[in-house]
Amino acid sequence: MHKLLSDQVGEKLLLLGNESIARGAIEGGVAFTSTYPGTPSSEISLNFFQMSQESDLYFEYSTNEKVALETAAAAANCGLRSMAVMKHVGLNVAADTLMTLAYVGVKGGMVVLTADDPYMFSSQNEQDNRYYGKLSGLPVLEPSSVEEAKDLVPYAFDISEQLQEPVIIRTTTRINHSTAVVTLGPMRPRTVKGDFKKDSLNLVTVPAVSRKLHVKLLEHIQQAQGLSEKSHLNFTEGDGAWGIICNGVSHAYVKDAVKDLDIAGKVKILRIGFSHPMPASLVKGFLKGCEKVLVVEEGEPYMEEAVKAFAQEDQNTVEIRGKGETLFSRLYEFDPGMVRERIAAYFGIPYSRPAAVDVADAPEVPARPPTLCAGCSHRATYHAVKKAVEGMETVYPTDIGCYTLGVLPPLSMADFLLCMGSSTGTAGGFSKATDRKVISFIGDSTFFHSGIPGLINAIFNNHDLTLVILDNGTTAMTGHQPHPGVDMGLIHLNGYGRLSIENVVKGLGVPFVVKIKPYRVNKSIEAIREAVNFKGVSVVISEEMCVLYAKSLGLAKGKPFRVTEKCKNHRDCLSIACPAFFVWDGKVNIDPDLCTGCAVCAQICPENAILPVKAEKASA
Amino acid sequence: MKTTRVIIVAVGGQGNLLASKVLGEAALSADIPIRMSEIHGMAQRGGVVESAIVFGDARSTIISDGEADVLVGFEPSETLRALNKCNAGTLVITNLSPLMPFTVNIGKGVYPDLKQLQDLIGAKTRKLIAFNAAELAKQAGNVMAVNMVLLGALIRTQTVPLAADQVKTVIHTKTKKAFTEVNLNAFELGFSAAAQ
Repeated sequence: MHKLLSDQVGEKLLLLGNESIARGAIEGGVAFTSTYPGTPSSEISLNFFQMSQESDLYFEYSTNEKVALETAAAAANCGLRSMAVMKHVGLNVAADTLMTLAYVGVKGGMVVLTADDPYMFSSQNEQDNRYYGKLSGLPVLEPSSVEEAKDLVPYAFDISEQLQEPVIIRTTTRINHSTAVVTLGPMRPRTVKGDFKKDSLNLVTVPAVSRKLHVKLLEHIQQAQGLSEKSHLNFTEGDGAWGIICNGVSHAYVKDAVKDLDIAGKVKILRIGFSHPMPASLVKGFLKGCEKVLVVEEGEPYMEEAVKAFAQEDQNTVEIRGKGETLFSRLYEFDPGMVRERIAAYFGIPYSRPAAVDVADAPEVPARPPTLCAGCSHRATYHAVKKAVEGMETVYPTDIGCYTLGVLPPLSMADFLLCMGSSTGTAGGFSKATDRKVISFIGDSTFFHSGIPGLINAIFNNHDLTLVILDNGTTAMTGHQPHPGVDMGLIHLNGYGRLSIENVVKGLGVPFVVKIKPYRVNKSIEAIREAVNFKGVSVVISEEMCVLYAKSLGLAKGKPFRVTEKCKNHRDCLSIACPAFFVWDGKVNIDPDLCTGCAVCAQICPENAILPVKAEKASA
Repeated sequence: MKTTRVIIVAVGGQGNLLASKVLGEAALSADIPIRMSEIHGMAQRGGVVESAIVFGDARSTIISDGEADVLVGFEPSETLRALNKCNAGTLVITNLSPLMPFTVNIGKGVYPDLKQLQDLIGAKTRKLIAFNAAELAKQAGNVMAVNMVLLGALIRTQTVPLAADQVKTVIHTKTKKAFTEVNLNAFELGFSAAAQ
């Protein structure tokens, strides 16, 4: 049985934050779950996926976050408890749905989980999604620890049903990817079948209906305000003339700092866990009697602005600070030492941080950037494109996935990236605005996610571009999740459809479509050359399963290669930057433990000096 | 309870997360407060994986620069890269068997000299325990058991509030059956190696 389905109330488990959240959903009686994977949220849905295979929990990997939110919204409007999970930028994709879903509301409890990524460990921006609460009018809850993350979910379902509105849970990477001991609570039974009651005057958002619904939403925000004022998630600790207001992981850093600085008798803390609507009266009461107040929050000055506005309403002139040159930054994530130091500085506590080791005289450590795996088919495709366009002026719009790692030299095959799906839309713009040949790259999962509209646009507006679809049969970057083009039979699951990218592209009317097998180097170069020379929209579908995924399925058949004595040290093989290669004593070698036998290097070698380990031995 | 902060650095694929998990499960069964965090988004792509493990009474799950009590490096250049996490009182345990970054292989960087690396770390921290953990892992039966070798060394130093038996029980119950024996051998070899 899946460990998160355990009915042992009181059992203590060591859980990742994302496992804790998934367990919280189960304890809250969630029946319908959906997602598009994205770090740092992915393990929540991975656990839903696993549990759905051994229980009546419904889970789906949706095409994108907007669709995930819509399926969950429909389920919640049939009375089911539903949850849509996504990374912070995923909520941008789903924002259109979110804004009007707030007008329509829900019947069963609904949670929208958004995982922010301060410092951008694996994201293209570090936007602060608390503002989505303000923008949509929906309640926002934020956990400060792995344990609290679990308990927040059933509470979110309860207030969602009370308000008849979805509730946003906003986490950050350090909640999602921290681990702690979590005590299991009771599981509320799941209701897995609901009913839809027709009510078009409240559920079909034509202008006349929406004008009424907006009034209702404002009433709900008012009610949520009341809940926030009394919520156990907004609480005061300690007593003193110095005030600290904090949220999320910052609460942990503040608590540790108060202990380390030994100022427990001097400071009171207001922890905000229900951050939209902000509890105005609670904050105003907290500010009374404070000599000075520090707001500790990662990201934007969301609470700071609200707290200052509340003080103004009360004509309270107490000093309130948060973001600022000598205080906290809007950039990146905080850490315990930094918070301790800033608290000491702001309240004038004598403190000097223990000195870190001086590393000024240490030799420079060579960089170890993440790189495309040994045997990755993206490398082979990039090599073939490079060869096919030799001598051309190009621009390479790219997209979000493992293949973005092709930006690094020596491949250098990425010139422009905004967000999921942007490769196809921006390609059209580049093709009109310049005379360069535009060749854009998109993965299979990203193509289904949001790449298709840009391609449709290119056909209609007659852009001149080549789109290379890197089809490796999985959503590799986030951990091999399925997408609409994958063969679910490979993981022994049936009852799924399967879309052919080739049929989709041809169905759209792309005038030139060619499929390549990227490990066949010369044939691929030839096919790409033809596509690139085609005037108009051409599509190259490069098909080869992700080598890691193939390994995990037992489908990897390649045998390792080695560099034989025929090598004359041209080093053409090194141009593809395969991590299985290393140079030792001035000679190029292949690590047989890393080589997957894709044989791309063997086809590039001008001396045919790279041969399979076994064959070479046999002939010797 | 006193707070002990341990950083483990490794290259993706070296089994850093399993080592952290073993420590976490051992702490859970011994009823010792523990919090951990990890950055592993690119682990499968050959990047650096860092785990922070905080024993005792602390809420934070990450460790600031200069505040690690113990640094365990699964790869020597990564140990050096993480030196900013240490202070003059930090104990450092490192494997001495290098995994060449691809940047070095293509001539875009120079791998640090191992002797110089040890002298430098030894001079700047309380103590350095350095040995070839890959060799011991091979002796134990699998080069992949570097993580268990270093776990053994960590426990021998008595810097974390866990006894060898508590950790070995977890290795027995929570690591893959096929590797249990190798893992336990590796743990013992690391435990002995840290004795000097």
